[in-house]
Amino acid sequence: MCRALILLIISALVGLAAPRADAQSGTLQDILQTHAGEVADPGRRTVGPLMEDLAGSGLPGVARFLERWSDKQVVRNTGDGLFYYGTEDGDGYALADIATDEPAGRAAADAIEEIRPNGGVRRVIAGALVQFQLSDPDRAARVAALDAIARRPAADQLEPLRASIPDEPDPALRARKDRLANLLTARFGADTETRIAAIERLSDAIDLETRAGLSQILSAERGVAVNLPADANVARVLEIGSDLSEADAYSQLVEADLAPPPVTNAGIREALAGAMAGGRVGGVPRADLSDPAARTRAYAALAEAGTVPPLVTPEDRAVAVADHVFYELYNEPDPAVTDAASAALAEVEARVGRHQVLDLGLDAISLASIYFLAAIGLAITFGVMGVINMAHGEFIMIGAYTAYVVQTIVPNYTLSLVVALPLAFAVAFGAGVALERLVIRHLYHRPLETLLATFGISIALQQLAKNIFGTQARPLTAPGWLDGAWVLNDVVAISNIRIAIFALALVFLAVLLLILKRTRLGLEVRAVTQNPGMAGSMGIDPGRINMLTFGLGSGIAGVAGVAIGLYAQVTSEMGANYIVQSFMTVVVGGVGNVWGTLAGATLIGGLQKGIEWFNPSNTLAAQTYMILFIILFIQIRPKGIVALKGRAAGD
Amino acid sequence: MIRSLVRDTPSIPWFLGILAAFCLGVTLLSEATGTGALSTSFVKTLGKTLCLCLVAIAMDVVWGYCGILSLGHMAFFGLGGYAIGMWLMYARTEIIVAESLASATIPPTPQEVEDAIATQIFGVVGSNEFPWLWAFADSFVLQLAMVVLVPGLLALVFGWLAFRSRVTGVYLSILTQAMTLALSLYLFQNDSGLRGNNGLSGLQNLPGLGAVPQSVVSITFFWASALALAAGYLLFAWVVSGKMGSVIRGIRDDEARVRFLGYHVEGFKLFVFTLTAIVAGLAGALYYPQAGIINPAEIAPIASIYLAVWVAIGGRGRLYGAAIGAAFVSLLSSWFTGGGAPDIDLGIYEIRWTDWWLVLLGLSFVLVTLYAPKGIGGLVDLIAERRAPRRTGDVGPDAGALRKTEAAE
Amino acid sequence: MTTRLTLTAAVALIAGAAPALAQETACPIKVGVLHSLSGTMAISETTLKDTVLMLVEQQNEAGGLLGCDIEAVVVDPASDWPLFAEKARELLTVHEVDVIFGNWTSVSRKSVLPVIEELNGLLFYPVQYEGEESSKNVFYTGAAPNQQAIPAVDYYLEELGIEKFALLGTDYVYPRTTNNILEQYLKDNGIAEEDIFVNYTPFGHSDWSTIVADVQELAADGSLVGVVSTINGDANVGFYKELAASGIDAADIPVVAFSVGEEELSGFDTANLEGHLAAWNYFMSADTPENAEFIATWHEFIGDESRVTNDPMEAHYIGFNMWANAVEAAGTTDVDAVRDAMYGQEFPNLTGGTAVMNANHHLSKPVLIGEIRADGQFDIISQTEEVPGDAWTDYLPDSAVLVSDWQELGCGMYNTETETCVQIESNY
Repeated sequence: MCRALILLIISALVGLAAPRADAQSGTLQDILQTHAGEVADPGRRTVGPLMEDLAGSGLPGVARFLERWSDKQVVRNTGDGLFYYGTEDGDGYALADIATDEPAGRAAADAIEEIRPNGGVRRVIAGALVQFQLSDPDRAARVAALDAIARRPAADQLEPLRASIPDEPDPALRARKDRLANLLTARFGADTETRIAAIERLSDAIDLETRAGLSQILSAERGVAVNLPADANVARVLEIGSDLSEADAYSQLVEADLAPPPVTNAGIREALAGAMAGGRVGGVPRADLSDPAARTRAYAALAEAGTVPPLVTPEDRAVAVADHVFYELYNEPDPAVTDAASAALAEVEARVGRHQVLDLGLDAISLASIYFLAAIGLAITFGVMGVINMAHGEFIMIGAYTAYVVQTIVPNYTLSLVVALPLAFAVAFGAGVALERLVIRHLYHRPLETLLATFGISIALQQLAKNIFGTQARPLTAPGWLDGAWVLNDVVAISNIRIAIFALALVFLAVLLLILKRTRLGLEVRAVTQNPGMAGSMGIDPGRINMLTFGLGSGIAGVAGVAIGLYAQVTSEMGANYIVQSFMTVVVGGVGNVWGTLAGATLIGGLQKGIEWFNPSNTLAAQTYMILFIILFIQIRPKGIVALKGRAAGD
Repeated sequence: MIRSLVRDTPSIPWFLGILAAFCLGVTLLSEATGTGALSTSFVKTLGKTLCLCLVAIAMDVVWGYCGILSLGHMAFFGLGGYAIGMWLMYARTEIIVAESLASATIPPTPQEVEDAIATQIFGVVGSNEFPWLWAFADSFVLQLAMVVLVPGLLALVFGWLAFRSRVTGVYLSILTQAMTLALSLYLFQNDSGLRGNNGLSGLQNLPGLGAVPQSVVSITFFWASALALAAGYLLFAWVVSGKMGSVIRGIRDDEARVRFLGYHVEGFKLFVFTLTAIVAGLAGALYYPQAGIINPAEIAPIASIYLAVWVAIGGRGRLYGAAIGAAFVSLLSSWFTGGGAPDIDLGIYEIRWTDWWLVLLGLSFVLVTLYAPKGIGGLVDLIAERRAPRRTGDVGPDAGALRKTEAAE
Repeated sequence: MTTRLTLTAAVALIAGAAPALAQETACPIKVGVLHSLSGTMAISETTLKDTVLMLVEQQNEAGGLLGCDIEAVVVDPASDWPLFAEKARELLTVHEVDVIFGNWTSVSRKSVLPVIEELNGLLFYPVQYEGEESSKNVFYTGAAPNQQAIPAVDYYLEELGIEKFALLGTDYVYPRTTNNILEQYLKDNGIAEEDIFVNYTPFGHSDWSTIVADVQELAADGSLVGVVSTINGDANVGFYKELAASGIDAADIPVVAFSVGEEELSGFDTANLEGHLAAWNYFMSADTPENAEFIATWHEFIGDESRVTNDPMEAHYIGFNMWANAVEAAGTTDVDAVRDAMYGQEFPNLTGGTAVMNANHHLSKPVLIGEIRADGQFDIISQTEEVPGDAWTDYLPDSAVLVSDWQELGCGMYNTETETCVQIESNY
């Protein structure tokens, strides 16, 4: 029954264009040949007649042709000038007939011209395909049709869309169809009551499509007049000063030919230069004209004589602006509809605002967990052991490159990640132990020298990475199940990879706390860091403990490197980008305490997002202000947020 | 006073003598005043190296003598360069603008002249107004004062905040590094008022001296740099000698003890920090007209770390050590990266020094820290010890730095 | 031999530059290569150094120039801006090269400018740049904004019908100036100021979620949103990853990039980028015999079939060949004579058509727009006629009145309103 209805509608649509189609003779190929240039090199604005003819022809192959045309599978054989479906096949193309999709032989590559409609044309094609796809058995095709409607809602889509709803098997798609139909009704409905009813049903939404629809109902244009137009649907009257600056208002007047254009400084100069005679202009000698007051005088003299338009003084401007009213008019003539829409939109916007704060909060948590991951290894080596390791960032880099190498060997992304995580830990652990044994061990009592020596290591490692992997960023691809995002609605969403990083940060926090508080190793670590001499006399080998602790911190940095590489880029400088921030995180949070690092990361991540919120167009400024804040913060709380008390605080 | 200065710092006559001989040699070999064996670009390199030696000496005083490992002194150096660069750009552009506006029918108003200069300077970053930073750029004297005041004030405020709250050791180092990072990030912004990443360029063309060839300019700046280095050496030799020098070294070795002895430790530290920052600013003001361009990358944290590297390799706690280190490492660095060093073919792999120089530098830095804390300057000690054994004891930082070891054992 | 003599005589007569004949050219002719071989820019610039070496080798095989062999002098400015000036001086005074091919990034060019102008050298700059400059001693073979940015935005407006623009860039002078020009251009084309979102991020930025969300938010009123990206280098990786993670594909919000070419794509995972756009004057996928030959020669020279070619390489290819032809025409390598012979030089593009050197030291080149394919190459979906490069943009009020014409006016910054030459030497 419903299917019959659709057929009826389609044939009605066909019928509308029928007179044109009659002029064409027969086959799909014929229509294409009539518009050959437009098929081969289509443009968004010029493709219209071709689309009309195709829709009007009612031929069975049109939908298939449109789909393949959009997918760049249509080719032209320069030999016979005909269009085919072509697939690349060795050094030539396998051709298929445009109407029947039957094989039609082969052609050499140089005889084939590939046809590539651009994004704008593909959008038009998608729009034309809607009527074919709304009830397509393939779910993907129906989704594509709905996407096309959402992107470009039009009045004529409403009926086919409504007709397709009862037959829709997929509940999710059916809900979306309902919503879109409602939206289309709100915009293009027949009478005021249906439209207002539809608009009221929209007010509990938050998605982009609804907001777009409501905004479009409310689209308004600016105007200016002596009196407010009586019969128009006025959106609002603009106040000079708060809504509109006087200068803008005046230029609007000039544009509407309601006031004379102001004379610019350049205009004055030109006028004076033009009227210069015998070294004087307007009675003022040339040499005096470097004084602005003299210029105004000379120009006033010229204006008096009527050779130039008079100067528009600020007073003139104020009077002209005050004499007019500036307003915005809705394009929609019905005030009842616009009132309902603005009420609905206000409700939606308020909800969007709340969700945006939530979204920013999620971003801040995500950034904080990245900072935490980058800094947590440092929380052990610097925070617990007191070793300044400037090469810490390079352990992050080592971890990321390890994962990259694993990925080039193991092609399965999930498997390679499973291999890479422990391997990155192992490699960075090894590098950390080597660094501790070879260098840091000798410098435990010379912290400033440790800083410099590890910096030497850092320079060398970075350059080494450049020599091995090149300076260009290397791709580290996340497995498919980490692609995409967790979407609450169109406002609040966070990518899966960031959720995974957050989870990883939590795991690290737990593991680290467990090791430090609940294991023998943790006990020994704390003993050695508090008093190595005493710990040594209790039978603990401080050398071994230091080595293991440092290795643990470095290994964790390696795993962090894998995570950071997955969401950003793997370069030789990736570690260096985090090192100063990581030290900040540890210092702000409070040295010697894993919880402190967590607090530091949260503060810094939240702060950075907060500053970005106020100044979204300049991310660099946000970083600068954040560092300034940290410098000042350390003035107030030199020991950080979570300061150790008592003997553990040391000196 | 001179006699006591020389007695406290016996290296002064040696250093000044060698410097004078070096200058004389370069003058005789340069293109403008001598045989032309040294190209103008090499004279510029040498002149710049002398400026680096000056800032390295300043770094040595603040680190090697006072124990503050500042990772921010190249920021002061860069600020000095920016301060002088602003005047150079403004004055040069003013001449160009005046020439082009002179032929106009209507004589320009002062405002128009200023706007034209602003358009010329900031057109490249899409602006045509002077930011407030450039308020004094039209005056050479005021801008020269900025060379001293800006780094000095920044150091004073930063130092006062840091020392007041007793931030010491590695914390202070990280804090100074953060300051440098913040400054360079700020300058990287296009609307910082200092032309963002493009920085200030064309600084080698001195306003009004367009007719003077660069060969003359280069040797003049070379001499100016040499004089500044000599003056800086004397100044710092005076600072680290006598009673004040003892207090400063005392702070390095044990700050708490000096404080308990009744000295105002923060005051001394602040004095040293600010004074060295000012000298760094002056060195920068001499350096950048020779380099020709300054941009925020010059202020990045890595630059200050290299400064520490030079001082450490040259030998801390002796002024000449820092100068040797700066000259040696920076010249060697440009020799290696300039492709001067022959590549080594190992058969299976060819070692190209442009690629491997940084690895070598990094590792040699570790080795120096571990095994030769006295740096290259230590070699001078060996010779001096043989000729006249010292009886006053070592006042270098290394013995002091070992105190913790002694305390622990 | 005789043909060359008549040729030079003819040119000398036309140009009225008889003294040029008197000069003897010293063999070998030296070509300076000023590209960073170490440091951050090495990855891009090393390729260009190899390109120049390949072109020199080709020219020598074809018999050299004026009967002389060409010798390439390679120096390494190590991505260090002051060092660029130092090395340029070394090339011109110590090695006495006749021409320099080099630089990448505006700041390096600005560093070299005073030296080149002081010593009257000749520089060919092969990379797209922001314009607003014209030096007597530099030929700009890369794209000016009207040869890349403006046509790309035209494509957005005309072909895709974009109504709102997000101009995202790395915070340095090229994106800043380009975006200033584009903002003005868009306003002139009726796009309201509040429909243009501009954002700058530092080099190597990785935290893109908020910015991508802001771009998405632009679409909230139902407008079609397009991103114009002048994001540089590595930061692109994170940006495209975040776009993909947010479920935005090229059909929803297309991105046209001015700094992402074949070389950059070889470091990306292109799955996320398919369908997004880039605007250049050259794509490796261009289907012409010249391009096929160029790619074959390049692969043979570099000994690696997987190496890609890109836009700045074509710029050097055109620049070098034009210079060689100009030297032949002038009969000398003297900078002033070669400069005069450069005006009006023609050479076939690798993408079809002919490049012409204009009197403002910029080329006329076609503008191509490509869609990124899964294999890291581009589908060329739009190719314009040759567009003459414009040193001073017409879309900023301060620059609109300026023109550059070294041939007739002898001035690189000529104010057409006051009819005066603002300056002959550049103000860097």
